[in-house]
Amino acid sequence: MNKDILICGVGGQGTVLASKILAGAALEEGNIVHSAETIGMAQRGGSVTSHVRIGDKARSPLIPFGKAELMLAFEPSEAVRNLNYLKPDSLAVVNTAPVKPVTESLAQTGYDGKEMTAYLKKKFRCIFIDSDAVCAPFGSTKFFNIIILGVAAGAGETGMSKETLLAQIDRRVPEKYREINRQAFLAGYEIGEKEKNLNENK
Amino acid sequence: MKEYVMGNGAIALGALAAGVNLAAGYPGTPSSEIIETISKYPHEGVHLEWSVNEKAAMEVAVAAAYSGARAMVTMKQMGLNVAADPLMSAAYVGVKGALVVVSADDPGPISSQTEQDTRRFADFARIPVFDPATPEEAFVMIQDAFDYSEKYGTPVIFRPTTRVCHAYAGIDVPDEFSPRPYEGFVKDSSKWVIFPRLSNANHAKIEKRNLEIADDFSSYAFNSVEGEGPFAIITSGVSYTYTKEYAEGLPEVKIIRVATAFPFPEKFMLEALDGVTDAICIEELSPYIEEQVLKLAGRHKLSVNISGKLNFLVPHNGENSADATAAVLGKYFGNPPAYTPGFSDAPSLPVRPPVLCAGCPHRASFYAVKQAMKGRKCVFCGDIGCYTLGNAMPLDMVDTCLCMGASITMAQGFSHTDKDTVCFGFTGDSTFFASGMTGVVNAVYNEADVTICVLDNSTTAMTGHQPHPGTGRNMMGNIVEKVDIAKVLEGMGVKKVVTVDPLDLDAAVAAVKECAALSGVKAIIFKSPCIAVVKSAKKCTVNDNCIGCKKCIRELGCPALTTQDGKVIIDSTLCTGCGLCSKVCPAGAIGGEGDE
Repeated sequence: MNKDILICGVGGQGTVLASKILAGAALEEGNIVHSAETIGMAQRGGSVTSHVRIGDKARSPLIPFGKAELMLAFEPSEAVRNLNYLKPDSLAVVNTAPVKPVTESLAQTGYDGKEMTAYLKKKFRCIFIDSDAVCAPFGSTKFFNIIILGVAAGAGETGMSKETLLAQIDRRVPEKYREINRQAFLAGYEIGEKEKNLNENK
Repeated sequence: MKEYVMGNGAIALGALAAGVNLAAGYPGTPSSEIIETISKYPHEGVHLEWSVNEKAAMEVAVAAAYSGARAMVTMKQMGLNVAADPLMSAAYVGVKGALVVVSADDPGPISSQTEQDTRRFADFARIPVFDPATPEEAFVMIQDAFDYSEKYGTPVIFRPTTRVCHAYAGIDVPDEFSPRPYEGFVKDSSKWVIFPRLSNANHAKIEKRNLEIADDFSSYAFNSVEGEGPFAIITSGVSYTYTKEYAEGLPEVKIIRVATAFPFPEKFMLEALDGVTDAICIEELSPYIEEQVLKLAGRHKLSVNISGKLNFLVPHNGENSADATAAVLGKYFGNPPAYTPGFSDAPSLPVRPPVLCAGCPHRASFYAVKQAMKGRKCVFCGDIGCYTLGNAMPLDMVDTCLCMGASITMAQGFSHTDKDTVCFGFTGDSTFFASGMTGVVNAVYNEADVTICVLDNSTTAMTGHQPHPGTGRNMMGNIVEKVDIAKVLEGMGVKKVVTVDPLDLDAAVAAVKECAALSGVKAIIFKSPCIAVVKSAKKCTVNDNCIGCKKCIRELGCPALTTQDGKVIIDSTLCTGCGLCSKVCPAGAIGGEGDE
């Protein structure tokens, strides 16, 4: 398999774990995998990306513009910021809940993410999910990183099996949080499946 | 077994596979995970340490290499400046075992002060340098670096960059590691004591030896030529992967890749340039290889046009990427990349400068100083760490930031030149041990008027929470006696040392006022653990009393505070219940929860 997946969001949202699970699962399924992360100062509330590159065609750690076949966006404006990476007709799974930077809270520009989702709709195939709503049953938006993986997997866009991804979650999450993370993944998976069926019936 | 590891992990595992006996370093992005990875794998018999700074790490490692051991020292590029003193001398003296100096460069820069190029440092010190392009290569090359070091009796530099250090790949990890047996130190003062006569003699030997190494490197596997034709791309490091990405499917382009920039593999390059009329150099940071090729072309009167940074076809600053490289090469070869970004109609995006985390005790420390010094003429000298982010609005509490440890000494400098100004130096706990302490002695001795603020969060936070002498833990996994910062300050002659919890705002403000009123060198230790290390279950909430004045947001800029329908709301996933906003709120609208 050759597939480039871009994960983007804001430092602290758990993008790195999502990237490790995807890469680990792809490796487990016998692929060559490379990935690259934002680490260091930029992590503190800044824009972050993870580039997951599956297959022997990927040479560099960063995905070239227009090559990513899937985007997992943890924040609507970060999805727009990284659209250049996405191949036309690709899927973007996008969280509609905005993360307002401190600069916006100070300047009161009224950023609420809505303009971003409207723009995304015009440009790409998108699945929108609201992290506040989907995470409510789990008690914290910290589970969003696992849910969004589930959504992408359920929509059949990761190219990896549900079981391999669940096994990676088991491997990379501390034991006492394993069950709740599995549930979060499966909840996302269901959303992804529904979206897929909806699209196929269109 | 194949494991998915970070480039820094690959370097660590390669060092273990090479039988490393001692590894020392000081944390610095993008190098920190090397020492950490060794600690996570079986490494019995390996001495592992976070040293107090890079100079200490280098000297510890030099001694190990004099004993015949295989030693590795890790740091970021600016750390090499700190370790330059021992390294320059060790380059003259040489080693018996192996000494591999890992100095990670940071094109961009992404998490650094400078875009300096460690390959140039290798040239300056006249010692070999290895430059991997991927984590897989790094795993192999670090082992080669140990072998070359031992073979030629010289320190060797290993120079990865951020995109190699922080890239991940599958690595075949050996099942077992065992440190190399070594002889131990054998006294020979004609060899191990650096004197002018020794330096003079060794200088001549080193230059002759470097010719041999250059020849050796000319057949080194990672110096490679692919393709044919009169047009060449000369590249190195991660830029090699971007070049490959571009050249896929382009016939008639020769890719010349140099993995050992110094001593420059001249024979290799002369052969590679055979039949080439035009070449462009794609490398990050300085035009090092470009200059070597130009020199070579001059000496051998080659008729080849060489482009790159020096004729400004390639940018001098910033990191390369697949797209930036494709854009440069597309222009050079007259075949612009097929993909053109088409999102110029996108709505304007919020900017996201990095900020102090919600609940970070540094915010409270800065706020306390700001409140205590309201209306006074002050200078706030910052330092290297998370707390550099205290410069952001609305705190605006970092007037200068230069290098590790400079807060204390620069505050001292201002106290001598701007006598009507109250001078503060803000240093973190790890930075204090790394290079703040000598500045304190300097300030005491030279009668400065400064207030030293030690922001003690009991960890090295910015680089990923490494232990340091004040934490009571070390990398051998042992609990050790904590080095007490207050006692250190007192021992160095600071007459007034106050320790205060910054989250106790009133006490913190009082401590600042008290110290600022005294002359001489005073110190306040703001002690409160990093929120990422000691997790808090507490949360603050906003009640109906909120009048929507947004004073909390305007004064503190905490990322957990935002507004909704004109009122302040607190993001409960970010809030740590530090309570600072409740002390700022004029309406008593913010309260604690779970505070038992």
